[in-house]
Order: sequence, then structure tokens, then C-alpha cells
Amino acid sequence: MTIGKNIPRVDAFDKVTGRAKYADDLVPTGTLIAKVLHSTIANGLVKKIDTSKAKQVPGVIEVFTCFDVPDIVFPTAGHPWSTNIANHDIADRKLLNTRVRYYGDDIAVVVAENELTATEALKLIEVEYEEYTPLLTIEDAMNGDALHEEYPNNILASTKYNVGGVSFEEALENNDVKIFEDEFEVPTVQHCFMENPNSYAYMESGKIVVVTSTQIPHIVRRVIGQALDIPWGQVRVIKPYIGGGFGAKQDVLYEPLNAWVSKMLGGKCVKLELTREEGFINTRVRHAMKIHIKSAVSENGRLIARKVKMFSNQGGYASHGHSVVAGAAHVVKQLYQDEVATDVEFTTVFTNLPVAGAMRGYGVPQITFALEAHMENVAKEMNFDNIELRKINMIKEGFVDPLNSIPSLTNELDQCIEIGAKHLNFREKHKKYSNQEGHIRKGVGCAIFSYKTGVYPISLETASCRMILNQDGSIQVQVGATEIGQGADTVFTQMAAEITGITYDKVYIMSAQDTDVTPYDSGAYASRQTYVSGHAVKKCGLELKQKILDYANYLKESEIAVDIKENHVLDKDGNKIIHVSEVALESFYHRENSKHIAAEATHHCDTNTISHGTTFVEIEVDLKLGLVKILDIINVHDSGTIINPKTALGQVHGGMSMGIAYALSEELLFNPKTGEAYNGDLLGYKIPTSLDSPDISCKFVEKYDPSGPFGNKALGEPPTVPVAPAIRNALFNATGIKYNQIPLTPERIFNKVKDKGLI
Amino acid sequence: MIEIIKCKINGRDQEIAIDPRESLTDMLRNKLGLTSVKKGCEVGECGACTVLIDGKSYNSCIYLASWAKDKSIITVEGLTSENGELSPVQKAFIDESAVQCGFCTPGLLLTATEIVNSGQKYTREELRTLISGHLCRCTGYENILNAVEKALNQEN
Repeated sequence: MTIGKNIPRVDAFDKVTGRAKYADDLVPTGTLIAKVLHSTIANGLVKKIDTSKAKQVPGVIEVFTCFDVPDIVFPTAGHPWSTNIANHDIADRKLLNTRVRYYGDDIAVVVAENELTATEALKLIEVEYEEYTPLLTIEDAMNGDALHEEYPNNILASTKYNVGGVSFEEALENNDVKIFEDEFEVPTVQHCFMENPNSYAYMESGKIVVVTSTQIPHIVRRVIGQALDIPWGQVRVIKPYIGGGFGAKQDVLYEPLNAWVSKMLGGKCVKLELTREEGFINTRVRHAMKIHIKSAVSENGRLIARKVKMFSNQGGYASHGHSVVAGAAHVVKQLYQDEVATDVEFTTVFTNLPVAGAMRGYGVPQITFALEAHMENVAKEMNFDNIELRKINMIKEGFVDPLNSIPSLTNELDQCIEIGAKHLNFREKHKKYSNQEGHIRKGVGCAIFSYKTGVYPISLETASCRMILNQDGSIQVQVGATEIGQGADTVFTQMAAEITGITYDKVYIMSAQDTDVTPYDSGAYASRQTYVSGHAVKKCGLELKQKILDYANYLKESEIAVDIKENHVLDKDGNKIIHVSEVALESFYHRENSKHIAAEATHHCDTNTISHGTTFVEIEVDLKLGLVKILDIINVHDSGTIINPKTALGQVHGGMSMGIAYALSEELLFNPKTGEAYNGDLLGYKIPTSLDSPDISCKFVEKYDPSGPFGNKALGEPPTVPVAPAIRNALFNATGIKYNQIPLTPERIFNKVKDKGLI
Repeated sequence: MIEIIKCKINGRDQEIAIDPRESLTDMLRNKLGLTSVKKGCEVGECGACTVLIDGKSYNSCIYLASWAKDKSIITVEGLTSENGELSPVQKAFIDESAVQCGFCTPGLLLTATEIVNSGQKYTREELRTLISGHLCRCTGYENILNAVEKALNQEN
């Protein structure tokens, strides 16, 4: 049994010895360097570009501008393709753009012999713009001229749903309720993967090969094909180890431009690497949102109806578009069920800010902040126990989403809450901290979450795996699913060992994806791989095992081989018949019947299930400094069976760290006149250092989920989700002040504390 | 512009032709193929490019290659013993699951090596300060601190 064991990461040795190769570690000597020229206005039109001076710089090979690129618009979202045109992602950008839609848009590219020359040449390019007023806020954009002609008022999409068949207003009739209303605002934040996006491209055997830091190699292949209008099979994408992604690399970034530049130069090898500063502005960000919640609650604490209205700031291009706010909106009913009606309306608006896309949690951290802060406000105003209020209204095991049919097949939320509450002695402390004086105060807070596993039935869920038996009885495992730091390769190795009966040390996973070799998988996102791709590994393993058994029976001229355990083929009574290595060697070199044993399987996934969990946190706040210190924080997760507790804990630690910073320190700020970022670097933008990070606790409540390949469900993204509202609620407990906007910076905390006369 | 410098890299004497404007990071990566030295920001913000220079950790991205003259430099490639055995710090990082995407790992291993080699005892809070020049986005630093503590306790 390897499932549930703390097997060391399969990539750890290579990563601690410096042998793990990332894209930039593999660049061939003599590779040319491409650097992108970014616009210095947020909204407008490139009228003219003079590249003559740049081209004269010794060492400059070529300069391409937005007037040179093919007239093809392409989508960038890391979604599986759809053969139904109605489901296509929005194709709204070219390789380089004359119509500038954010400060930093891509308008030209220099190719030079080295980085210094390319950077110097960029400075010599002269651009003439026709400039329009930047539309940076949702309000301005909805009242301004369209950035994309097809979307008047800059509304990318606006959608409504209703559960209950009656409106919020109708639900109030004949019901004795109290009404509560809140407006929340969550900021633009950035992923801050440690490895900046980078790629290099060259042509070989009539193909364009792109080696890139991506979460989605097979999707990158398709989009390069679309952007360059070449057959997809002529594109080969290789993904080596990557230094984090967190969703930004679930978009196709500069790979198509890199491929095109190489093609334009006759297939010469060209590298395109972003600087850290470009990483902030020119990849993707998390959507800033405004969320309005109105709820009607009965005297006994039951949510009778809620009305939620969300506006999502998309930035200049569609990327994942409306699906992020849609993902958020559908959680409203997956967390709490209203007795009579749920009315939700959600709108995505183009603005002249950097493009928002996928980021760990895909809209759910945003909505959960609002839902859980609102719930706390309601509890306080009703003088109702805050845990009880949640328990009365939260979804229970067996819940099936009334609109998309996603079920909560297993639900240990109640248990998660009790473990978290006990860890902090929450109930007692919450009472105790409700009435404090002085400028140093303490507070406790909690929040819960629901998070689906993968994207079925909203989008296609498919994954493949191939296994090949080696001469010595070991196996190679190839998957299209990607290792991005989360430990995917390790859990797939455990799964393969579990299913085939071949021990873990003899399972070799191919970590790099190569679209010409590794089978199709949509990639690392939506907390899907351990679940969806895990099913593919399981199915493939069963097939491989059967083939080994069949060959063992052939060798033994019998039908007695029925199972494999610890590398031995066994009969029905568990007696060892033959070692797998012997079967393998014979299968390769048998003089009458050589058979190279391999298996390949696709899992077409038509299931989903909801993960649950909580954050409980205790803080201390210095009101004079506006500074929050986390004294104790715990996440308790119901993610079904945990495949590898240590790697799972690692996911929770990192996710919680991101959640803490979402609550307290991270916000990408923009000049309100020009749209230029104020703090697009690691000095001005505050991701946590070790000094900002408290010790983190985590517990799992494990219950076998029948839909998971091994009883498992989503874990990768969820840890981020409940952290910010829990911290906010702790601050509410400490101060009695409703902070409805994050991050809770010292300035924001202090201003309200002062306004309320607490100091 | 070419300048020849002599220095010791991972225990071996080297003579290297450098551009006097180039960073130590670029020299180590491009001239010597020591790709464990990572580039995360190139302005000394993230710590991914950290190497040991005469036993002390530095951001090699803001250290000129020419300053490495006559110095002894250690990268992660030099932590493993001649027979391939991992150093106690490397082992601790594996044992404590302190490695995720692995991009900040080399730099942290070197700062941790400096800490362990100091022969001093440190509290967990002091360790937080000592490793605070390294940014990590995957781990929340929890297991990294556990690994540094473990290596420190084993050695000192």
C-alpha cells in the first residue's frame, strides 16, 4: 500500500542537487534573445512606430512591430478546446497589438544577439500614439467607449441565476425576516511564481518546438497553432520543471509570439524571458471584484433568501473571461442554501488594467471573503452564535447543486468546524474578546468554504496516461498532467505502484511533458489532476497489470496468475508464481512470442464532488499601528483520502500563506490617471517573507469519496480560500469594526479605528 | 571587453573570461553551466540566486563577476560530496518536505548551509530573520524552517 504514505517527493533529490532543469537552464548556446516593447499608455492606438534607430544597433537581428504580425486574433485561456463554437474562449488579441488596452500592452519585439543589446535597442524605438482616457474602474469602463468593439459598455458578459423559482423580493412576502446588506471589495493581486515566465523556440524536422514554463503544454500547442495559423501537429511543446504557476501559467502567455519570431527568422532558436517587472503586469492577475450581498434571515437564523451582485474587473483582454466570476457566483449556493430563494447576478467588465485570469481558487477566494464576512456581520447584528449560524445554513452531505448538478458526495464540514474550534478554544475566546479596551486587542475568527473538484460538467474533463514495462520489471509512467511544484508526479507514482503491484521504487515517472510524446491532458488547474488524471493513472495501471498477468499465464501455460503484489505475480491463494522482472525480460526477448508490454488509457471524467474545510485564526492587533499579528492559525480540510500527507500539508501551508497575504498585505496599485502600476516588483508588492509568516497548523478529516480514484477530492487550491475572511472576522471580533475591504493594511485598519474613536 | 579572473568554484580552481559588466549569476550560469543559481528578479529582492562567497551568502545577481576574483564560491552543485552523498542540509530539506517547485530551494540551501556552518545555536524566530532574504511562494516557509532547524540541531 502506498496510498496515504509519506513517500518522499520523486523530484526532491534533483531539486536539492541543482539537477532539476527549468526552461532557462536548457537554452542552447548561441540562442538569440527577444525582448518585448510595452506601451506607455493604457488606452489608445499605435499610429506609427519608428524602429530605424533600434535596427542600427550592432547585434540587433530584427525588430517586429504590431504592424508586422499576422491579422489573427487568438484566445489565451487554459481551457480545453471545444468543437462547439458557442463554447469558444474569446479570441481578442494578436501577437502584438496596435489597439493598446492596458499600460504595458505588447506593441513590438526586438531580437538581438544578447539581452543587453535587445534591452538597449528597445529604448531607441519611437512610438506615436493616439491616446484615449484610461478606463480603470468598473464604473468608468461601463460609461466609457468600448475597448473591444464587440462589447459595448465594456461588458464582456452579464449573467443571472435564480434558485427557488421566486425572486429575492418575492421571497420576503409572508416571511418574518430581518434584512442585512453589505458591500465588499477585493483587490487585484498577482501570483508571484518564483520563476518568471520564459520560453525558447526553434524549428526542427519541419516543426516549431517551444520549451516553456507552463502549466498547460497541450493547450499551449493548440493556441500556438491557432495564433500562427499552422496545423497543431506542427507544434511541439516541451514543459520541463517549472518554478510555480498558481494559475498565471494556466494561460498561454508569450509562447505564440516566441514561436512566430523564430519562424520569421527561419527557425533560429530565440528565447523570450520576462523580467520580474513584466511578470507582474504582462502575465495575469487575480480579478478585483465588488460584491454586494443582501440577505433575509429568519429569527431562528435560517437564511430565507439572498441576493448577490458581483462585478469583476477583467482588465484589457478576455483571458479566462467571464468564467472566473461565474465560478465564484456558483459558490453562493454551494456554501449555504437559502430556504426560499437565491438571486445572483454577475458581470465581467473590460478595463484598461493588466489582464485578469486564473489564480489559485478561480474567483472563489473573492466570493468566500464576501460570503463569510457577511455571515459574521449577520451573526453579530442578530446576536446569534456565529458557528451555529453557519451550521444551520451550510450545505450537507448529499447536496446536489440545483443548477449544475455538482454534488457534495462526502461532507465532513461539521467535523472540520469542531476540530478548528477546539484547536483555538474558539467559542470561549470569541465571547471573551468581544468586549475589549485599550490599543492592543485580540480576536478570533473563522470561515468555511466549498470547492468543487475539476470543471465537469462546465467544461470537458479528460486525461490520459501511458505505462511501459521495462526489461527489469520496472515501469515508466507518462502523463500529460503537469508537475508544477504541487507534488503531482509523486502522487501519480504512488497511484501507479498501488494499482500495478509494482513497488514504488520501480516506478519512474517522466516529469517533463512533451506534446509529441506524453499523452493528452488539459494540465494543472482547478485542483483536478489528482482526481481526473488520477483516474487515468488508475485505469492505465489496471490495464498494464492485466497484460503482465496475461503474459505470466502464457509463460506458465496456465490461468493461475491473478494478482501482482510487491513485484511478484500471485495466484488466487497469494502464492508467488513468478517475479515481474522475469515476465518482463521474457516478454522482450522471447523467441516465439516477444511482446512489449505497455498500456494507455484515457479517462473521460463525468463526475465531480465538493471539497470542504475551514480556517480558524487568533490574532492580536495593535490599534495605534494598525498592525495585525497572527497568533495561531489552522486549516481543517475535508479533501477525502489524502494520498501523501506530507505533500498535502505542503499544499495547505502554501495556500494558507497566500491567503494570509491576501488578507493583510497584497494589492497591486495603479496610478489612477495613467493606469501604470505603482508597485509591480517584489519590493513594493508585499508577498510574505519568513518574518511575515506565522507557524501554520493543518488537519485533515479523511472520508473516502466514492467518485475519486482513491477516495480523494480537490486540495490544491482550497487552502487559500477561507483564510482572508477568517482573519477579517477575527479583526471584527477584536474591534467591533466591519472591515469590508482587503487587504487589511495598517493604513486601512488605523483609519477606521480612528474614525470610530477606538484610540 | 574581456577580463580574466581566477577564483575557486565548488572547490576547484578556475580561470574564467568575463565581461566586467556581467553579474556573478550570469557568469556561473552561462560560463560554467551552474544552473542551480536561479534568476527570480535580478535586483536582489528574491534570493533565488544566492551563492556562498568565502562562506557567506550573497545575492549573486547584484554581485559583479569581477568581484569574485580570488574568492571561493559554492553553489548547490558543490554541496554534494565527491561520492554523491547529500549534505545534511540537503537531506533535511528532503526529509522535511521543504521542497515544492524547487526554484527558491538552491538559494535557501546555501543560506541554511551558512547557518549550520556557523556552529551557533539559533531560535526559530532568529532563523526566520536569517532566511528572510529568500522569497518562497509555495511553502509558507513552515517546512523550510523545520528543515533548517533539523539540520542545525543535527550538526551543532
